[in-house]
Amino acid sequence: MAKVYIYPGTSLILSDLVARFGHRPLGSALAVREKVQAPGLDSPPLQITPEDPKKGLRFAAVEVPSGVRGRMSLHGPQIEEAEAGIIIRDADLAFGCMGCARTNELVQFLLHQRGIPLLELDYPRSDEEGIRFVASIREFLEGLPGGAPA
Amino acid sequence: MSVPVRIALLGCGTEYSGVMPEIYEAARQVEAEVFYPDVTLADVRAAGKGFGLDVHSADLRLMIARAEALVAGRTEADAVFVATCFRCAEAAIVRNELRRYIHEQSRLPVVSYSFTERTTAGTLLTRMEALVTIARRRALLARERQEGLTMGLDSGSATTKAIIMKDNEVIGTGWRPTTQVQQSADEVIELALAESGVRRSEIEAVGVTGYGRFLLGNAIGADLIQEELTVNSKGAVFLADRQHGFATVIDIGGMDNKAITVQDGIPGVFTMGGICAGASGRFLEMTSKRLGVDITELGPLAMKGMGGNVSMNSYCIVFGTQSLVNALAAGNSPEDVAAAACHSVAEQVYEQQLQEVDIREPVIMVGGTSLISGLVHAMGELLQTEILVPPHSQFIGAVGSALLASGFVRKG
Repeated sequence: MAKVYIYPGTSLILSDLVARFGHRPLGSALAVREKVQAPGLDSPPLQITPEDPKKGLRFAAVEVPSGVRGRMSLHGPQIEEAEAGIIIRDADLAFGCMGCARTNELVQFLLHQRGIPLLELDYPRSDEEGIRFVASIREFLEGLPGGAPA
Repeated sequence: MSVPVRIALLGCGTEYSGVMPEIYEAARQVEAEVFYPDVTLADVRAAGKGFGLDVHSADLRLMIARAEALVAGRTEADAVFVATCFRCAEAAIVRNELRRYIHEQSRLPVVSYSFTERTTAGTLLTRMEALVTIARRRALLARERQEGLTMGLDSGSATTKAIIMKDNEVIGTGWRPTTQVQQSADEVIELALAESGVRRSEIEAVGVTGYGRFLLGNAIGADLIQEELTVNSKGAVFLADRQHGFATVIDIGGMDNKAITVQDGIPGVFTMGGICAGASGRFLEMTSKRLGVDITELGPLAMKGMGGNVSMNSYCIVFGTQSLVNALAAGNSPEDVAAAACHSVAEQVYEQQLQEVDIREPVIMVGGTSLISGLVHAMGELLQTEILVPPHSQFIGAVGSALLASGFVRKG
């Protein structure tokens, strides 16, 4: 089983595909779930406190907007933990969305810096592209250590 | 308990910066509630096309969709708060354009703010309070004439002012540097009462504004406790006799600056800045001390000088002071240095704040710094317009308070 970072991080489809092929998806849902389930916090809706953008300083300098650093406090540790990654470029909003273009750039940059196996695909715009899209993801996930047919 | 004022939040990055509890708390303190306007995915997809600004960040696209829903009336709100991350260029463009769009296309009061993770409810309070005042007190803000015998107090960060008005005329004034909030207020009240020749017991209603408004207002049982954005706007158009139509009010204060676009005496778009003291009256105070002149002499001194002869950038008060010292050491005349200091402050306000409001003529300068003629001249040159400085402009908050407080005078 490999830990696979998914981009966009909120994509349920990607998350489900990764899990179906025997791997562990790393994405926003997981990071936010840990936040909202943490006891003793009162910072709705995501339970992110002013301390989190400071934790994001590990991944972005202080002159980077606080919203980017707050997001990076969620995504940064996952990128460090990831053993592989899937990046879907120009995804439809309904497929998954990270909200901030600057965070998107930084997340993709850090994934490339890691030197881990990465699959980069354009979001499909037709049925044929959709079939090739899923097949590519399947092939990538089956090729990762511990991958299993769905 | 009254129905809370509903403030629509158009934000990007607020949830990820940990500032949401501060926004909620500021709203709670002024009996308002913050909510996200509902939109559909189709609205978000269409947002870029309709608005004409094709942004890359999806959360900014969501902000645009929400603004369009408010303007179209698909979602009801009493006011709008636009908040994006400090230092984000894409967000700054959207924030400014949305504020303008909402102001022009709806009657909703709107304020914008760029936050960091250090933003607190206290920082947001005056802005939220102004939104609530405009939404809730339109009838009071429509008052154009002072009636009865009323007193206005302005407990500012640098000075405390009192005004006594009778039948639409100022009959007494008091002014003191702020030390202890209550003590300074007692002193200016005594001065104003002595000048007007009336007794405290004869005052029919009292209004209080400024930083110390809550402490002071509760202590003296004021009829009206109101933030300075709406009060100063009202006072400015009243004293300048520009109560109808558009106007722009600029107040360069001791601790922060206000720039307000006013329509019929009610603020439409406004900004409050207070991050850097280099763009405030504090810098001019320091300049006058360094030049060895009283602050009242700085303006006339600056009018005799040529600011262009001295390079000065007071973006930061420390660097500004260095420029000041260097300029004098280089042999520049006090007149030129005074003019450069006035130009520098005016330029900072112009660059940092006036770009965030719609400048509508007449431009009215108020507050203590409006008495510094060199500063008014510099601002006029930058804006290419003649600046109005009404009589009693340094008492603007107190006059606005006394005017609005007359809405509480019982007619018998």
